[in-house]
Amino acid sequence: MRKIRRWGPGLLLVSPSILLVAVFVYGLIGWNVKVSLSDWRQAQETSGFDTGAYAELFPSAELGQVVEFFRSIVTGYQSDTLTTDPAWVVDVRHALLFTIAFVAGALIVGGSLAFLLDKGVSGEGMFRAIYLFPMAVSFIAAGVVWRWLMNPAPGDRSTGFNLLFDKLGLGFLRNEWYLGPDWGAAALAVPAVWALSGYIMALYLAGFRGVPEELREAARMDGASEWRVYRHVVFPHLRPVTLSALIILGHISIKVFDLIVAIGGKQLITQTPAVYMWILIYDARDYAKGAAIATLLLVGISVLIIPYLIYTVRSEREA
Amino acid sequence: MTTVALEPTIRRRRRRRRAAKVAKYGALAFAALIVLLPVYVLLVASFKSGTEADPSRAWALPQAWSLDAWREAWNGEQYGLLPFLKNSLKLVIPATLISTMLGSLNGFVLSRWKFPGSDVVFLFLLFGMFIPYQAVMIPLTQIFIDVDFPEGLPRLIFAHIVYGIPITTLIFRSYYATIPEDLIEAARMDRAGMLRTYWSVVLPVSAPAFVVTAIWQFTSIWNDFLFAVFIVTDPAKWPVTVALNNTTGSFVTPYNVQMAAALIASLPTLVVYILMGRYFMRGLMAGALKG
Repeated sequence: MRKIRRWGPGLLLVSPSILLVAVFVYGLIGWNVKVSLSDWRQAQETSGFDTGAYAELFPSAELGQVVEFFRSIVTGYQSDTLTTDPAWVVDVRHALLFTIAFVAGALIVGGSLAFLLDKGVSGEGMFRAIYLFPMAVSFIAAGVVWRWLMNPAPGDRSTGFNLLFDKLGLGFLRNEWYLGPDWGAAALAVPAVWALSGYIMALYLAGFRGVPEELREAARMDGASEWRVYRHVVFPHLRPVTLSALIILGHISIKVFDLIVAIGGKQLITQTPAVYMWILIYDARDYAKGAAIATLLLVGISVLIIPYLIYTVRSEREA
Repeated sequence: MTTVALEPTIRRRRRRRRAAKVAKYGALAFAALIVLLPVYVLLVASFKSGTEADPSRAWALPQAWSLDAWREAWNGEQYGLLPFLKNSLKLVIPATLISTMLGSLNGFVLSRWKFPGSDVVFLFLLFGMFIPYQAVMIPLTQIFIDVDFPEGLPRLIFAHIVYGIPITTLIFRSYYATIPEDLIEAARMDRAGMLRTYWSVVLPVSAPAFVVTAIWQFTSIWNDFLFAVFIVTDPAKWPVTVALNNTTGSFVTPYNVQMAAALIASLPTLVVYILMGRYFMRGLMAGALKG
């Protein structure tokens, strides 16, 4: 009991924060789940229990529906027999395409830049500062210029990259960018890669620099070529960095919102789950379905984050 | 004899090394060029006059440099951002200050004045950083209405403070973990209480962490769109991101004005980045746990 005088004040000092987070993070998440399971489908709030919102987001238990659901997501083919909300099916497809293009793009670009900078180049500080600067710019402002750069208008009305391609005699590179019916969502990942590659570069560069020089030297003494030093000594050391980068990119990807709104507005052709949720709340006033989508976003992110948090805390304790 | 035989190989190796170096710098410079391309477009377009702002000449430099678009985007009657920049300032200053101070106190306790279960409490707080805020948005707007919370910016300030707790706590906690234990122990030996130890031992060495955290919060609150678009319903109270999206989302807005507006809305965070890049970078690394 004497000890409580020692640690009691600390707990007291942190308790307002604990309380705020308990209410506004955990409490509101619970409330949101409750809304998602209600029949609050119009402006008027009601209290009835209803799983109808989820029923529109998942295929029914019939095998045929399940197959059709996944077929629509993978192929982008619009099925008439599917009972699931067609906009949602499109959203999930977009989210997957965007995630694959964004995560792969940012890892490859960021990783390569770090690799090139690793050995030290003159002007490293300047290069780093340039690559990282997009992190300081909002997705809304970046979206203004990227929407123009990736403008798909044909012929005389061409702007941005398409116009540049024409001028450089690279007309065959012209494309419809984010309005492409099949791969448009992947084009939306281009500005996201632009924005986040510098960050990934910084993470990897810290990783590269964290490899003890003696290890590299020892491998060189054994007659390993520079490439083999990287492959067998440096790259294995980067696995934790890659894991962090994957988690960071994956979780940004799941909730991507501002960038999509800035470039595509509310169009279905660029819509992602987070944008659909916004439309449902603001335009359709379908609170239960909006809350259901928000809950699914949270589940997606939790599956990614919770094991990672536990792993991080455990390795912190071991250290 | 041997030297003569070796020379060509050495020369070849040297040539190859030089070629590799050129390729490396070429690749780095090309990447820098691509990263800066949007900036070029923004600048060039924003300095064109209305008559010159034609898509077909979009990549070219302005024939006559004009400040019309900047003037219009700054405080023009139709597209002026000035009132919204003021809103953003009124939002970002108190929210940044309060959440940074909270983070400092929390970080201190959770690293240097631990209580039983404080690591679990830290995890409990940390999770709040990763949630998609969509998952609290509907109840949050509802609760504001239910308790009659003052409308507009106060709601937004409150939200940024609450949801900023995890990241600010994380940055300070990692920073305070590097303070030598002897310093804290010495204060304890002197029977200094918790607040005294914080005030006279910890706070004086906290400046770098305050700078890092404040920059992080300033940047993310200034750039926030999600909270603002859900919480602030009165257009007169919009922060600059929402106003910018509204201006540029419309097809009638001349594109030179759009580009100038995007630049104006980004200037504060860019200036902070240019002046304090080193601290910005440290915040990013501390937030490596975050996205």
